[in-house]
Amino acid sequence: MFLVTPDTGLLLWMVIIFGIVFFILAKYGFPVITRMVEKRSEHINTSLRLAREAQEKVRSLSEEQARLIEETRKEQARLIKEAVDTKDRMIAQAKEEAREQAAIIIKKARTEIEAEKESAIRDIRRQVAELSVEVAEKVVRERLSSQEEQIRLAEKMAGEIASNLPSGVRN
Amino acid sequence: MKRLLLILSLSLLAFVSSGQASAVLTEDLGKSSSGQKSDRTEEVAVVGDGQVPAEPGLSQNLSPGGTEPAGAAVQEEEIDLPEIIFGHVRDAYEWHILDWGKDRKVELYLPVIVRSKYSGWHLFSSKKLEGEGYEGFYMGPEGSAHEGKVVERAPDGSEYRPLDLSITKNVLSLIMSGILLLVVILATARWYRKHDSLNEAPSGIAAFMEPVVMMIHEMARENIGEEDYRKYSPYLIMAFLFIILNNFLGIIPFFPGGANLTGNIACTMVLALFTFIIVNATGSKHYYKEIFAPDVPSFLKPIMPVIEVFSAMMKPVSLTIRLFANMLAGHIQILCVVCLIFIMAKYGAVLTGSMGLVSLFFGIFLDCLELLISFIQAYVFTMLSSIYIGLARQKS
Repeated sequence: MFLVTPDTGLLLWMVIIFGIVFFILAKYGFPVITRMVEKRSEHINTSLRLAREAQEKVRSLSEEQARLIEETRKEQARLIKEAVDTKDRMIAQAKEEAREQAAIIIKKARTEIEAEKESAIRDIRRQVAELSVEVAEKVVRERLSSQEEQIRLAEKMAGEIASNLPSGVRN
Repeated sequence: MKRLLLILSLSLLAFVSSGQASAVLTEDLGKSSSGQKSDRTEEVAVVGDGQVPAEPGLSQNLSPGGTEPAGAAVQEEEIDLPEIIFGHVRDAYEWHILDWGKDRKVELYLPVIVRSKYSGWHLFSSKKLEGEGYEGFYMGPEGSAHEGKVVERAPDGSEYRPLDLSITKNVLSLIMSGILLLVVILATARWYRKHDSLNEAPSGIAAFMEPVVMMIHEMARENIGEEDYRKYSPYLIMAFLFIILNNFLGIIPFFPGGANLTGNIACTMVLALFTFIIVNATGSKHYYKEIFAPDVPSFLKPIMPVIEVFSAMMKPVSLTIRLFANMLAGHIQILCVVCLIFIMAKYGAVLTGSMGLVSLFFGIFLDCLELLISFIQAYVFTMLSSIYIGLARQKS
């Protein structure tokens, strides 16, 4: 029976001591610990969230970067293609122009050459004519050293002129 | 971390208790074979199968003049098992630390504080209570209603129990555990004040106490609710630490421990009363409506409040009895197993030795079990308290 009969003394001491210890610890002990630990877990949670967000950001950035690189590459390809096209076109154009120019120049040259040739021929002809006249002169001078010869010639020529008149003048 | 802590303390206490049990064992073997050499003991055991008195010639032959007096001594010291067990689990006015030799005891005499109806307050050492008593106060005789308590002889010759506020074994243990708790928790709180806990992992005492404190804090949050668990968590942590500390101290068999505080109904009753007061002083309107005007069919209306009030009253009673009975039973179990050796002492060496071994292993096992129960009971008390508070705080 003594086991289940509470002692007044122990009851009282228990209330006093438990009460005092509880009072002190509830004021200066447990709240300090729990508050700090909760603050820390809060801090850890925030840090984790921030880290997650940063990771997210990094991922989106790297995606953006990849996208940009891809875009740049496309742009580059496009530009190169365009450049090549332009080059080809320019070359073609240049060729065309060159051909045209060349044609013009050639044409001009040809005309000039023709003209030159014409004038050269004319020149030559004139010279030939002059030469032949000179030669003829010399020959004639030699031949016509004698009187009779001069007369004969004059006759002959007169006869020639007379025969040639109806057929026109030729080179 | 929690599990690690438990295992660590388990193994530590198992070690301590095995030391205790083996000390008891050797002492006992020494007693039973006093006067004999150990090899002779074995011979006797082999030949007579432990029945020493049945072979007087042989035993006399082996130990001239040894066995008979030893046997007689054992016969004289009849083991009073209830006395030993209840002596260990009950409160006392002195703290028996150890026996030194045959009749030298090392004891801590504690102050007796009593208030007599006739002569007022008295304060004296419990040493003076030995024998005839002191100033009319004496120990209640065996078999009386106040056995083991200080009583006073009234002028009319009758015996009565004065108001007794003595610092008994349990009170001293209570004071020591209170101081220990204060020191440990304030040191932990100090660590948190001195350190930047945001950027520093807890170390030392803080690393040790933080998981325990936070375990109960979290339990309070789960059972009471986000809203106002902070108000109650200090009490719950305090109750848990107080119970588990005193449970552990109760298992330690030597001086600073060994007082059966949580196995004392006064202690658990106060704890349960604290819970009861907190539950009912901070109960919500809904809680009281459920008790006094529950939403039940009208024919139940008169009965329900009675049942509800009864159930509210039974909650602290069950808390009281559960903790007290568990711890008391645990102590008695261990004591019984250890006492097995002393009971067997008179039946000879073989039985003593084998039963000693059995009780050694059983003792270790029960000590480990007791450690587990210490934790479970502290946890259960705290959890039920938090659940009761949570129920009383419900809004709808």
